[in-house]
Amino acid sequence: MSTASVPLPAWINYGVIPLLNLVLAFFFSGLVVWAIGENPFEALKLLLIGALGRGEGIGFTLFYTTSFIFTGLSVAVAVHAGLFNIGSEGQAYLGGLGAALVALALDHYVPWYVTMPFAVIGAALFGAAASAIPAWLQAYRGSHIVITTIMFNFIISSLMNYVLVHILIVPGKMAPESRTLLPGGQLPKLSWLIEMFGGKLGAAPLNVSFLIALVMCFLVWVLIWRTRLGYEIRTLGVSPSAASYAGIRYGRIVMITMLISGGLAGMMALNPVMGASARLQIEFVGGAGFVGIAVSLMGRNHPVGIALAALLFGILYQGGAELSFDMPAITRDMIVVIQGMVILFAGALEYMLRPAMVRLYQAARGR
Amino acid sequence: MEYFEIFVSILGSTIRLSIPLLFTALAGLFSERAGIFDIGLEGKMLASAFAAACVAYWTGDAWAGLGAGILISIAFSLLHGFASITNRGNQIVSGVALNFVAAGVTVVLGQAWFNQGGRTGQVPPEGRFGAIILPGADMMRDVPFIGPIYANVISGNNLLTYLAFLMVPASWWVLYRTRFGLRLRAVGENPGAVDTAGISVTWLRYRALIVTGFLAGFAGTYLSIAQSAAFINNMSAGKGYIALAALIFAKWKPVPVMFACLLFGFLDAFANFMQGKSMPLIGEVPVQIFQALPYILTCILLAGFIGVARPPKAGGVPYTKER
Repeated sequence: MSTASVPLPAWINYGVIPLLNLVLAFFFSGLVVWAIGENPFEALKLLLIGALGRGEGIGFTLFYTTSFIFTGLSVAVAVHAGLFNIGSEGQAYLGGLGAALVALALDHYVPWYVTMPFAVIGAALFGAAASAIPAWLQAYRGSHIVITTIMFNFIISSLMNYVLVHILIVPGKMAPESRTLLPGGQLPKLSWLIEMFGGKLGAAPLNVSFLIALVMCFLVWVLIWRTRLGYEIRTLGVSPSAASYAGIRYGRIVMITMLISGGLAGMMALNPVMGASARLQIEFVGGAGFVGIAVSLMGRNHPVGIALAALLFGILYQGGAELSFDMPAITRDMIVVIQGMVILFAGALEYMLRPAMVRLYQAARGR
Repeated sequence: MEYFEIFVSILGSTIRLSIPLLFTALAGLFSERAGIFDIGLEGKMLASAFAAACVAYWTGDAWAGLGAGILISIAFSLLHGFASITNRGNQIVSGVALNFVAAGVTVVLGQAWFNQGGRTGQVPPEGRFGAIILPGADMMRDVPFIGPIYANVISGNNLLTYLAFLMVPASWWVLYRTRFGLRLRAVGENPGAVDTAGISVTWLRYRALIVTGFLAGFAGTYLSIAQSAAFINNMSAGKGYIALAALIFAKWKPVPVMFACLLFGFLDAFANFMQGKSMPLIGEVPVQIFQALPYILTCILLAGFIGVARPPKAGGVPYTKER
């Protein structure tokens, strides 16, 4: 009998195997650290202290976590429908324009809590708009969503370049970025959250969008596992032909799923644009959309898993930044290596350990 | 005459800018025709550019650089094969992973070895593929029209440029006139049939990926030690994805691949030329339009508005032998 069809208990499938894959990813990343003549264990220690050692470090870690929750959820929602959305990066980028336009329009007149709901809607709408054409192409013209979303990442990048350089730039300034938002367009920091645990937030930009991210985790869980639409999305993901046989309209579900996915990616922009830098900057997404792929893979497309995986990557990003101060030989790009390894082992090679696990499990049960 | 000089100079940079696209798109042609999507072309190009620059810097030998570039690129291909053929992993996820690993490792190692912010050292002239002046280029220079084109566009390129154009008929011949090519195309359409004929799908796909790695190695080498004289952080800058777009635009056929790459190279050259200049009647055209045009064109093509781009049928699906 083939090992692929042997059922394994959930704790092995969702616990042991992902953990072992993660260990492998870290092992090979450690080899790279070792190859440039540094001690991997020392590096790991510095990384963890940098990320979790002080209130400010934790604040930065949770700031990154916030962005990754949004993009992770974005990728995961699409995956449930069998769609691989590589365009979260571009969708988040355009979402930033939506959030910024709302904030730029309202920040003179109203306090932040009035601006916020409109900014959330603006970011989500623009993010969804960024995914609309690839979604339509997949749903009704049969073009592969992976290719079209990659193309749209570049198209949106050029578009935003134009908007920032020619339209939103502050006259007389060289930097292609919008004007600084007034407090009415900023999301306040969550100092109280860190102080509750006795730390100080310091300069860390952890802000209200962290709470929005957690709410979105819950809403995505409700959507996917507690609604009729979620059921249809999951059915489509398992078998498009079975879904259409059961009367689920393929094109409609693909459109809706991708719009939700794009909207979630767009909301990521609230965090850096309105929560941290208080302006729309060029390339502000900085790869968070791609991190979403790794987060979704690690978190097995479940909101709880995604929150945990986002936290892991938040630790990596903040810890990696601190690490590059302490060990100058290791640049911040080490994070990109680790991320690649995680995607490789947790994603592409996720079945590699399975046959061995099946044999171990069967031996342990005495069969 | 001034317009003609501009034309010749744009034509010259069109050639230079399309070569990495051409190598990479041909590389992708082999893997995608064999039924393996390759999003990782960008990473292969980047990794081979880095390896070629390092080895050429240390040895001062351009051929050693080329060899290193090809070896690294093939290693990446084999890893992609191990994940997506042997372990039946998701090909797209694997490609994305390789892009990340390449983008990270090149900078981390480059910084550790050369301490120049991810740049490698300047490769000495012997370590580069320099310009080759074709016979008679100087004599021809003064002949009107043909002369400047011969001297500045056809002559004066490096060896890899000529190789790239040779690879087009070579790829066509391999794909359409050899047994390996026939089987490779078959395995991308219907691996079950190939399997039934007693040919190993796995080994065939691995061989296709080795060819992919081989060709992508040339692309990276061209970037770092033919076009420039060092590796620079993220020097492939999305060219792997443009090559992918060109491959789709050419509907997975070798000769159209060449024209698609030349078209995208031309758009790039024209965008560089138009920077800050204004066109008659229209005024200044934003360069961003030219930058986005290859991607927009590809999407329009994929939508089926200018002919249908039909990918190989078995692309993206791992093959499972029936039991």
